Amino acid sequence: MPHTLAEKILLAHTEADDVRPGDVVMVRCDVVMANDVSGPVAFRAMEKMGASRVFDPSKVVMVADHFMPAKDARSAELQKRLKDWSDAQGVMFYGQGRGGIEHTLLCEEGWIVPGSVIAGGDSHTCTYGALGAFGTGLGSTDIAACLVFGEFWQAVPSTIQIEFVGEKQPFVTGKDLILAVIGELGVGGATNAALEFVGEGAEALSIDERLAVSNMAVEAGAETGLFPADEKVGEYLAGRTDRPWTADRSDPGAEFVRELRIDLGGVPPLVALPHLPGNVVPVADAAGTKIDQVYMGNCSNGTMTDLRQAAEILRGRRVHPDCRMIVVPATQRIYREAMKEGLLDVFVEAGAMVSTPTCGACFGGGMGVLGAGERAVATTNRNFRGRMGSPEAEVFLANAWVAAAAAVAGEIVDPAEVLAGVSA
Amino acid sequence: MIIEGRAVVIAGDDLDTDVMYPGAYLNIDDPEQMKPYLFEGFDPSLRDELGDDALIVTGANFGIGSSREHVVQAMKAWGVRGVVGKSFARIFRRNCVNLGLPILACPDAAEAARPGSRVRVDTDTGAVEVDGQTFQAQAIPQLVLELQASGGLVPWARERLSS
Repeated sequence: MPHTLAEKILLAHTEADDVRPGDVVMVRCDVVMANDVSGPVAFRAMEKMGASRVFDPSKVVMVADHFMPAKDARSAELQKRLKDWSDAQGVMFYGQGRGGIEHTLLCEEGWIVPGSVIAGGDSHTCTYGALGAFGTGLGSTDIAACLVFGEFWQAVPSTIQIEFVGEKQPFVTGKDLILAVIGELGVGGATNAALEFVGEGAEALSIDERLAVSNMAVEAGAETGLFPADEKVGEYLAGRTDRPWTADRSDPGAEFVRELRIDLGGVPPLVALPHLPGNVVPVADAAGTKIDQVYMGNCSNGTMTDLRQAAEILRGRRVHPDCRMIVVPATQRIYREAMKEGLLDVFVEAGAMVSTPTCGACFGGGMGVLGAGERAVATTNRNFRGRMGSPEAEVFLANAWVAAAAAVAGEIVDPAEVLAGVSA
Repeated sequence: MIIEGRAVVIAGDDLDTDVMYPGAYLNIDDPEQMKPYLFEGFDPSLRDELGDDALIVTGANFGIGSSREHVVQAMKAWGVRGVVGKSFARIFRRNCVNLGLPILACPDAAEAARPGSRVRVDTDTGAVEVDGQTFQAQAIPQLVLELQASGGLVPWARERLSS
């Protein structure tokens, strides 16, 4: 029987002879990941399970990134516990100054290869679909079981295939493609499903842009968001990993629960209005909205590609006096590369604040949270009420071009207008 | 397993775990200390309706977003007996199953329930009774039933480790 890519990956990680959507199976993990928020809660559950050792230290990785650097004593203690536990278990630990935001980091560091299964104590573990891996987010007790047994229970998802046809328009990025998908499917439209991205428009995306697309699969309710691996993935992984992998894709004749075709010629830069990632409109429809803070970063859009786009807007321009901007490179490596390339100087010169890698304000943790009545444009993945601080604040999700343009104009504006010198 | 309780209705669809337990309080890993922040970003007064007879009733696609288990940990710490809703986001549902908090998708029952309604749930058959009227919840897969019968993933893991 023909299978989708998601089914094939899961089948290769179970004892079952075959899998069909809806089957509940135990799935083996190639990598188990948690952070300073999900890790310590998982360690408590693991203790209650009566287990003292992880199933395989070489497959476990811990990342301090959420409240990093520690915003208060309690956060510092969580990070200490994460490190002490990692040292005691002999597992990899990425701490302050040595890593960055977990999902960008794990790809960068070669933990993720096509066809693998990653159980992550963070909902954006679906990001790994960009490399053709079944990454999926789990809660802490799930993670505890993964740490002990190296497996988790999983209902085999159906697959929604998204075909991107045509070419992207100017100032349109991977962010807009996934916003278009979420706008179409709705925030629950992919529940119990995996997304699969194919077509010439998908193949044309860089790895950074694919990361942005897969990252927000969960915003449609999906278990993961897969790109079949291709030469670009091969080039990206060269020199990063010695883990074995093979490229795969859905079988001809595989059954999709839904097929969605999106013509990129008709996708402008988009914005998700408060308070749901599915409230998607063209940037023109939100134009003129006054903005107090622009936040560039997070596990979806804190890559070199994003920083370069923002720098192109900000070079020789200033952040609007009534607006503030925070730029957060996703990892130490990106931070350094951006420094060498002179991008950080562009941001600082423009009046933006450059932060070290952290999840920080994206989830209201620290390092730039919003007050009541404030509005932000963020390149992040969630604009839920209160997500970045006050429940009376508003968050607009957008790509790096749109975010940087909003910083210059002090309001939401088409980036083409800022680059053309039209004053907003 | 039969659970009975008093409905605490959380109105609305697509409610996310950020409003149920805001990110600022994620640096807490002790469930008892999570209690004061449950519903903090949505309607803190809902906490006054909780108690060890509470059964939470939700709209559609409840619990979207973050994988934070703090929401369910805090519900359990408050003594919540179970969750009945129109439908649930994947990770929220998993977290309930894993922590041994019975969770059933039953749109008709969720629609019928009012604050204070008496709700009786048979987790084995999926029958949900609201103020005497009976509805049928969506079928629960066998492995999930087993997990629920064990009391969640922790006792299930303990049994597996000792056998």
